Amino acid sequence: MNDIARQLLRAVAFLAVEALLLDRVPPVHRFLSPSIYLLYLLWLPFRLGRLPLLGIGFLYGLVLDMFTHTPGLHASACTLAAFLRPYLIQVLMPRLDEDSGRSEPSIGSMGAFPYATYLALMTLFHQVWLLFLEWLDLGDAGYFAIKVVTTSVLSLTLMAVTEAVFRNRGLEGRT
Amino acid sequence: MNNIRELLGRYSAPILFLLLQAASLSMLFRFNRYHESVFLSLYNEFAGAVNARYDGVTSYFSLRRQNEELVRQNTLLLNRLRSDFERPDTSQAAAPATLPEGDRRFRFLPAKVISNSVGSRKNYLMLHRGTDQGVAVNMAVVSPSGVVGTVVNASPNMCIVMSLLHQQSKVVAVLKKGSGYGEVTWDGRDPRFLSLSKVPKTVAVAKGDTVLTSRYSDKFPPDYIIGYVESVLEDQVTSTYNLRVRSSVDFTSLQYAFVVANLQAAEMEALRKSTQEVNE
Repeated sequence: MNDIARQLLRAVAFLAVEALLLDRVPPVHRFLSPSIYLLYLLWLPFRLGRLPLLGIGFLYGLVLDMFTHTPGLHASACTLAAFLRPYLIQVLMPRLDEDSGRSEPSIGSMGAFPYATYLALMTLFHQVWLLFLEWLDLGDAGYFAIKVVTTSVLSLTLMAVTEAVFRNRGLEGRT
Repeated sequence: MNNIRELLGRYSAPILFLLLQAASLSMLFRFNRYHESVFLSLYNEFAGAVNARYDGVTSYFSLRRQNEELVRQNTLLLNRLRSDFERPDTSQAAAPATLPEGDRRFRFLPAKVISNSVGSRKNYLMLHRGTDQGVAVNMAVVSPSGVVGTVVNASPNMCIVMSLLHQQSKVVAVLKKGSGYGEVTWDGRDPRFLSLSKVPKTVAVAKGDTVLTSRYSDKFPPDYIIGYVESVLEDQVTSTYNLRVRSSVDFTSLQYAFVVANLQAAEMEALRKSTQEVNE
């Protein structure tokens, strides 16, 4: 119960920051539109099954869509992220023992390098899909790639800051 | 049944993923104006391409019917031309709708081309229309794109047409610009080109001028197109031009033609004869 309440609170916090802050700030540059809300899905506990994970991803994206007036856009991207997450964790962390099964992905539970790779790849997949859906056109492939990379880098920077601020106690994987 | 359940169990995550993606994408394409328009335009393009292909194939099946329909319509329109009528008293103007049938001079009779030649020096066509259907020898034959020739023989249901591409063919022609009567003949070489001779040098002729049938012809409807001036060959010895004319009719692909009956021809002929008798 405590766990569920904490997860809900965290989701609300991420959505609030994303929808009420990041989405409203006028873009600094056409290449720079950072987002951080994906981190919530990346922080979900390991033990969550694939089906609940997909459900949560879909609903989470849908709620954000309600705020950004883009029905289906973030829902689709978050569902994709939720679908890819278990596979990526399996590759990066082959030995998922009972103990770590109760915790969340973090530097402490995964190791610094696998965790960083996990964050980077998930953000990249997510941004590629999101931008593709938004444009429905690869158009200028170079422009597309630059936009994906800059947005991903900026988002990752924001995630690192969040990580440092809210998870400084986080070697044991708790917020 | 067990197999299905096992399959569903093993692939439940991918299946749910696809279902949720379908739900999100359907929302995306339904509720976002830009996405909806992109989706619809893609869809329309695809459907349009398929339909165009389909139509390209099926239109062949109705081609014959369409052709007949067009010929019927052309006949109707050609028979309403003001130039089909010639009143005895030309000072009385009359609007086309009020022209009495008794004043009709030309009547267009549609006919299917059943054989055709362009390769010889004396080319003939055969039309599927004969004396029982109102064709008589010496009637003019035109196609929608221009003059074709003259009927030289007719049986009850068929007739033979001497094409313009015949060494003995001779059609009185006029330049659309107004003056310059001449004779259109064929030199027997290129089926695309005719020659127009006896045009006096007092007339200014340029490349591209339109060549029409003359009003003085007994059989051809006036101002019907024959072709366009392709080049001007000046004849140094005589005082006339020799013009090379590109025929407006593609004689190699004729499908339908109109036999033109001159309903006042008998009267004209009788008058001519009686004049000759008086003079002799």
